[in-house]
Amino acid sequence: MNIIPELPANKIIKLLKRKEISVEEIVLAQFKRIDEVEDKVKAFISLNKEEAINEAKMWDKKIHEDKKIPPLCGIPIAIKDNICVKNEKTTCGSRILENFSPPYSATVIDKVKNAGCIIIGKTNMDEFAMGSSTENSSFYVTRNPWNPETIPGGSSGGSAASVASGEVTLALGSDTGGSIRQPAALCGIVGMKPTYGRVSRYGLVAFASSLDQIGPLTKDVTDCALLLQVISGKDNKDSTSIDRPVPKYLEYLIPDLQGIKVGLPKEYFVTGIEKEVKESVLQAAKVLEDLGAKVEETSLPHTEYAVATYYLIATAEASSNLARYDGVKYGYRTKEKTNMIDMYKKTRKEGFGDEVKRRIMLGTYVLSKGYYENYYGKALRVRTLIKRDFEKAFEKFDVLLTPTSPTVAFKIGEKIDDPLKMYLSDIFTISANLAGIPGISIPCGFGQNNLPVGLQILGRPFEEETILRVAYAYEQSTEWRKRKPEI
Amino acid sequence: MKEYKIYIGLEVHVELSTQSKLFCGCKTKFGAAPNTQTCPVCLGLPGVLPVINRKAVEYTIITALALNSRINKNCRFARKNYYYPDLPKNYQISQYEEPLASGGWVEIKANGKTKKIGIERIHLEEDAGKLIHGEIKEDKDFSFVDYNRAGIPLMEIVSRPEINSPEEAYEYLVNLRQIVRYLGVSDCNMEEGSLRCDANISLGEENRMGTKTELKNMNSFKEIREGLRAEIKRQYELLSRGEKVIQETRVWDPKKKKTFSMRGKEEAHDYRYFPEPDLPPLFIDKSWVERLKAIIPELPQERFNRFIHQYGLPEYDAGVLTESKDIADYFEECVKFFPKPKMVSNWVMGDFMRLVKKEDMTKIKISPASTADLLSEVEKGTLSTTMAKEVMEEMFKTGKGASQIIEERGLKQISDEESLDKVADEVVKENPKAVKDWQKGKSQAIKFLVGQLMRKTKGKANPQLANKLIEKKLKNLSG
Repeated sequence: MNIIPELPANKIIKLLKRKEISVEEIVLAQFKRIDEVEDKVKAFISLNKEEAINEAKMWDKKIHEDKKIPPLCGIPIAIKDNICVKNEKTTCGSRILENFSPPYSATVIDKVKNAGCIIIGKTNMDEFAMGSSTENSSFYVTRNPWNPETIPGGSSGGSAASVASGEVTLALGSDTGGSIRQPAALCGIVGMKPTYGRVSRYGLVAFASSLDQIGPLTKDVTDCALLLQVISGKDNKDSTSIDRPVPKYLEYLIPDLQGIKVGLPKEYFVTGIEKEVKESVLQAAKVLEDLGAKVEETSLPHTEYAVATYYLIATAEASSNLARYDGVKYGYRTKEKTNMIDMYKKTRKEGFGDEVKRRIMLGTYVLSKGYYENYYGKALRVRTLIKRDFEKAFEKFDVLLTPTSPTVAFKIGEKIDDPLKMYLSDIFTISANLAGIPGISIPCGFGQNNLPVGLQILGRPFEEETILRVAYAYEQSTEWRKRKPEI
Repeated sequence: MKEYKIYIGLEVHVELSTQSKLFCGCKTKFGAAPNTQTCPVCLGLPGVLPVINRKAVEYTIITALALNSRINKNCRFARKNYYYPDLPKNYQISQYEEPLASGGWVEIKANGKTKKIGIERIHLEEDAGKLIHGEIKEDKDFSFVDYNRAGIPLMEIVSRPEINSPEEAYEYLVNLRQIVRYLGVSDCNMEEGSLRCDANISLGEENRMGTKTELKNMNSFKEIREGLRAEIKRQYELLSRGEKVIQETRVWDPKKKKTFSMRGKEEAHDYRYFPEPDLPPLFIDKSWVERLKAIIPELPQERFNRFIHQYGLPEYDAGVLTESKDIADYFEECVKFFPKPKMVSNWVMGDFMRLVKKEDMTKIKISPASTADLLSEVEKGTLSTTMAKEVMEEMFKTGKGASQIIEERGLKQISDEESLDKVADEVVKENPKAVKDWQKGKSQAIKFLVGQLMRKTKGKANPQLANKLIEKKLKNLSG
């Protein structure tokens, strides 16, 4: 049983199919691992042990009766705490929703449950997904399993750390500007942001509606394909989800890249990038060439405006999305109030953390009369230019290869007082959200202090299968995935 | 004294009578217990998303077409941001730069002439909930909120400032409401809040508007007219004294019959509109619009004209009958069974409408066919007009057919000369004074005698015949 925490879902499924293990054993093994390491990692905000074991028993009964079992039967999964699970606390890492339990589940939750996944718990995150280190959680800081002094990345830091530490097999996160890919890179696992519209956002507590997307965090590319398969598809409850057939992703996982054209955008190899990160990525490009891909340098000329554009659009949308937390209907309400306006002000002052307040103020400002055109309006136009950069690049290339993050995991506290420095952590991931395109981060080496480096592969909208194919071929010809952190 | 030109623009909010709300499946019935028609979407809980109600879009397109507006092929929703407890998300999903329809007009009569009042735009948005302020002792420090109304589709129709008097404003609203009701997209009931109206007023010169004020809180068309009159008077007095009108929002106080300042320009909200990212742009293709065009019913003005030409009705009749679509429909159904339009018109406008006033048209028990039956009985002479009214009332109450009631109550008119002759004899014998009066030349006396005859027959006698017989008797006596 001790090996369960180390195995990816695709291996566990095989054991289960051969009846060498029961679902209950899988779940108990995970909770044992959680008992061992959670004090050091602090990946979870809440755990769901009792119900998880009950569900495990239920699946075991079905397996025993030889009933048809779903594709991810019995696989433990962790859910980022901004994805609603019916009657379970969904805090968004915020004091303002500390005691909020939604009376409904997100569409992705229904889907993973129908696929047989067992929800182990809800994971820590930067408050309302605003941050790159999980230090902005109202509750506590999650540690990077590779080095407890460093951050796990963010905002899906809890989800990434839970998978990397072996506490859980799969996790769901959300990615608004890199919040799945960056922590996946820093924790040495696989994380994918699907195309905007590929996965339903219904039940994902909104940060920036036009950028948010739910995606998988997994131990390998095969698991990523398996989980993406389950959560993808049109949802009538989300008008921005797109009605396009979902390919059978597993069929694209072949260890060969003949005919694949890979672009290396030069803008991603200059500013503030650590030497080891750059070298690892360029080395990865060579591996792809060896596998049959054609690799060439290319350019995405508007890249330098991505961070500024992102912080105008994301904050503008956030200022409106977070307006509903006012103490009137649910969530935290201040104890000291004299009138309605006073209640609003105190509730929000006491309920939100600094970074959230900073972004609400920024977003409110950029939408205000007299500023809209110069900030928000202009940002929308630049967003179109960034999108066109990608469209042009994808006329020639099937995928683009970049570092996921300019650095490896940094020390807890290192950037927390310098928001601008922190914002640059997402410099390579933000553009994909602005353009709506899919991207994956997979391990591609180790940099300073022996911490993991992530390789980002970006692809055409709704061509996740091509990204997965490149990622799989690379993964299979390297050994990075086999190294595990010692906790 | 200086003359000013009055500029009035009206913003009319119409609650659409769709079965479900604009962005979720909740019911829209009026008067349900607080918060029983709500769900996570219209309560704005974290993580939920809006999905547009197709019917609401169609209702708005139909209205736009009826008001000669241009349907914008691509329209967008926008968020209007402001904090208020009746607004669950603290933003309202509305439309801003790309409304569903632009342009168009409503025709009114002004000084005997037809005038077109231009429409600026028509857009779709969600309604807010309702605050109920605590009244009893324990609740006095609290307000309660009912979100049943939150998310009900509202269509906003904004006129151009081309209305030049409170009377024109009144006329505009009456005609607009009539069209919307004809289309069946709203009941436009001001008491239940399914029609609301704000006004912008300024006094200016020809071709130049003055500083405008916005006027709110008018709860009937009459109050709108009154409120406008009061605000115009106030602005006129200010300008006459050489003072300036300040741009602000004012409220109408129906008790004091005055308008009062609510908030100035500085306190005006900055709504920070931006495109709603949760809803993709709405693409309205031509074939959809064509399909909807085909189901627009005949509008009041066209129907009015047709009633005059097709049925040869006087303008007055055509006006009364076409005021409401239900009445006009009823009239036409009756004419199908009883093809004497003027006689039908008289009945429908008279007793029928008097009875209908108290009832909902949909609950009317008397079918057009039975009204036609009743009228043919009158025409045949089986039923007197007075009797017919009585029968109709009974038909209203019970839903029974005309002939059944006539039969049951023995109301059949007596047109049998032999039996009436006997009664006439009795009447003449019993009223010698009246007979003498008649002989002295008082022709009025004959009416009294006919009246006596009617009394004896309980009103069933054929009046013409009764008259003829009494006259004969009198002449015989004198001759």
